[in-house]
Formats: sequence, structure tokens, C-alpha cells
Amino acid sequence: MAERYDIVIVGAGPGGLAAAQAALAQNARVAWLDAQATAGGQVWRKDFQHGWPQRAERVITKVLSHPNMTWMPQTQVIAAEQNELLLQNERQALRIAYGALILATGARELLLPFPGWTLPGVTGAGGLQALAKQGWPLDGRRVVIAGSGPLLFAAAVTAKRHGARVLGIYEQANQTAVHAFARKLWRWPGKALQAAALRSQLAGIPYHYGSIVTRALGERALECIEVDGPRGMQRIECEQLAIGYGLVPNVELAHMLGCAMTQEGAHPCVQVDASQRTNIANVYAAGELCGIGGRDCAWVEGRIAGIAASGGTIGAALLQQQRHARKFAIALRKHFKLDPYIHDLAEPDTLICRCEDVPLQALKDYDEARSAKLATRCGMGACQGRVCGTALAELGLFPRSGQRPPLFPARLATLGEFASSSDTEGSIS
Amino acid sequence: MTQVRIDINGQVLDVPAGISVAAAIARFRPSMRRSVSGQMRAPFCGMGICFECRVRIDGVAQQRACMTPVREGMQVITDG
Repeated sequence: MAERYDIVIVGAGPGGLAAAQAALAQNARVAWLDAQATAGGQVWRKDFQHGWPQRAERVITKVLSHPNMTWMPQTQVIAAEQNELLLQNERQALRIAYGALILATGARELLLPFPGWTLPGVTGAGGLQALAKQGWPLDGRRVVIAGSGPLLFAAAVTAKRHGARVLGIYEQANQTAVHAFARKLWRWPGKALQAAALRSQLAGIPYHYGSIVTRALGERALECIEVDGPRGMQRIECEQLAIGYGLVPNVELAHMLGCAMTQEGAHPCVQVDASQRTNIANVYAAGELCGIGGRDCAWVEGRIAGIAASGGTIGAALLQQQRHARKFAIALRKHFKLDPYIHDLAEPDTLICRCEDVPLQALKDYDEARSAKLATRCGMGACQGRVCGTALAELGLFPRSGQRPPLFPARLATLGEFASSSDTEGSIS
Repeated sequence: MTQVRIDINGQVLDVPAGISVAAAIARFRPSMRRSVSGQMRAPFCGMGICFECRVRIDGVAQQRACMTPVREGMQVITDG
């Protein structure tokens, strides 16, 4: 028998947190789940030494201790049926039913292939940040931060705070584009403050424009990288490379539920109305999965979704804040547009699918993801194409293919739960 | 800082409480798994997407080390 909640929220970043707070304020009974062990999402991930950022900690503590809140950490959605979700946590499979569902599944990093990207020591930029906050050893290690976007500053600050020697930040966008972006920041005072705070913590760390990491080299782990920039090609010795090309919406669950999508560049995002409703009855979406907009945008949209899903009235001021926050996303995309050079870094023998070790040359005879998958196993591994499928879409090779259950690798016992009830209660949505 | 005692590939180690299994392993070895063609791999995305940090934890295979906090008495086995 599935436990029923008025509102189920998937994702514990700013969007999910704001939704939870708003729904609880309307007296809703809320279940809130996240794949991670602690709430906060990526941007407010709890640091094992420094805790949560202050603002986040206050709200998280309050929301988690609310009597109407059921918090489900380390829990993932495996499949969905009519108003029900099949979940899996560390120990068991369970089903929960919802009156309304709020998707706040956030974003992942855009990770693109280049020679050497599979070496131990190469991580995402936000990836290194996440690892460091959970105790990844960086003390005294030489770290290079690269890729694109404002996230690189945050990654550098976290690495430095955990004792890394940050050798430099290498941004692919050119100086003109980055400066044009910086000049617009005054329109979003919160962002400007954030940027100023990050900059002051990065004194002494060189920032290079128009620079692209073309290769990572090492025997058993990363030893050095090659960077192509305004001063030509240079080699830099380092133990860690944190490289991310921006963010991509996590739409897999929304996709499986049948939510309508729009495209943001090569990547799908969930279509919503002004109340954050998707086209599926009782399903809302808030934050990054509706298009990359950042922390403040996710927060406002989470609030709107939480209020709307629990039957409250959304004030005009909140809607105005949402529109303003979304404009930031447009500026971000425009100024940090990727140099096409980055799409051509992978060589014929560069692995594209890291789960099944499929090189680029094995994919050249296919024009869509499914036939390539059947013939080469590209995208068939544990990550289910989250890394290679996204990269191939960005590179313009294949568009992203759809999502079928299970959404994540599941235990047989979990799938047994799914099969037995769908046989008797209806079809898989 | 409070320490917890865990076992990685038969070696008993004391690590700070609250860190991830991935971080605990990284203090002692650079890789966590061997890919299908035999390459050494380590965490890449850091947030549970890429599955490069899969290890065996307390007898359960294919656990993402980056998403699992260390626990007293935990047994971890890597294959890379």
C-alpha cells in the first residue's frame, strides 16, 4: 500500500527547499526526497567542515523539523505510475502516492569529451566542488579550473578553501564576452554581490580568457594538461583538473512522466506555465530543469510551485521576481556561448561513452542515439547515457533519446515491486 | 574531528566522520574502479550522475562512493 502525501517534492536544492517551505506554510503534508544524504542540492551542498551556507541552514533546519514533513534522503525515483512513484533508498523499495508532484531535479554539469578526460584526477568543475565539500583530499594539490561560466569562480573558491593550490582559471569565452556579462550584473544585485564576494576570495589566482583545455595527460592518473589560448599552446603540470562547460537540466523524470519539453540549445528543458505547472495534471516543475537560471531563479520558482500545488494564491510580486530572474539566464547563455572549437576536441580514439568504453570512431556510421546504442552499447551503461548522451547532443551528433524506467540502475527486488503492481493496477506511464 | 574506522580492500583506516566513501578512498589510492577495457577510473561528476566511482560497500556491489557517507565498521572493496 502506498503512503499518500498531499505534495511530493523531488530534489532538495533551492527549488525543492523553497517549494517545501511554501507547501508546509499552506498546511500540506509533504514528502521530500533527494538522492543525496543531506539536503541543499548542489549549490547549497553541506560541507563536512563548514556546514551549509547560513541562509540555507536556517531554512533547511526549519523545514526538516516541521511535523508535516517526511524527509527521504538517499532516495531515488525508479519509475512512475498514475499519481504514484516507485522509490528506492539504500535499504528498500517503496511506493508513495501524491496529490501533487513538484519536480525540482536541478541540473548536472555539461561534461564534454577531450583526449584524456577519463584519467583519474579529471573531474567536473562543480564536480570537484561537490567532492571537496565531502572531504576529497585537496590539501597542497595543484588544481586547474577550466571550462565556462560563473561556476568556475565558485569551484576555485571551494578548492582554495580546502587547501588546494589553484594554479589558474581557464575560461573558454573571450574577454569581450565576459566583460559584457559583468557589466550587466548590476541588474541582479544578488548576483553582483555573489560575484564580488567570490572575486575577493580569489585574489592571486590568475583568470585567463579564451583558453581551452585540449588534452589531459598522465600514466595512471592526471599529470599535466595542454591549454590552447591567446598565448598559444602551453603545458601545465597539475594533479586535478576541474572542467565543466556549464549546466544541463535534469529532465529524465519529467520526460518519463510525459511532461512537454522545449529545447534550450541542444538540451531539453521542461515547459511550464506562470504557476510552474507542466502539461501533466498535478505535476509542477521549478528551477534548473525548466532551463538553467541559477539559484535565485530556482528559489522563486520553487516558492511559486509550492504555493500553487497546495492551493494558495501567487502574488504579483513573486511572478515579477521570477521573470526578472529568468532574464539572467538569457544573459548567461549569450555571453558564455561555447566556442565551436570545444566540440572538435575529441579524437577518433577518444572514449565518448565512459561506461562501455565506446570511442568516437565507433559512432561515426550512425545518425541517431538508439541505433548507435544497439550496435555499439554507447549509452547502455550505468549512467544510462546521462554523460555521453548529453555530450553527443551538445556536439551535434545525435539528439537526446527519451527515458524509460528504471530511471536509475535498480535492484531486482525494487523492479519486482514495480512489475507486480503494474500487472494488476495499470500500465507504466 | 571525530574519526570513524572503515575497511578499504582489507586495510583498516581511520577517516573523519561525515566524509564520503569516495573521499575516504582517495586519501589512500587514486582510482576506484576498472573500466570494461581495463582503464583505471575515479569520480568524475561528483554528484551521482556518471557512476565512475562504483565500489562494493558492505557486500552490495555498484554503490556510488561519492553519494555514500562513511559509517563506522563499513567494508569497502574497489576493483581498480
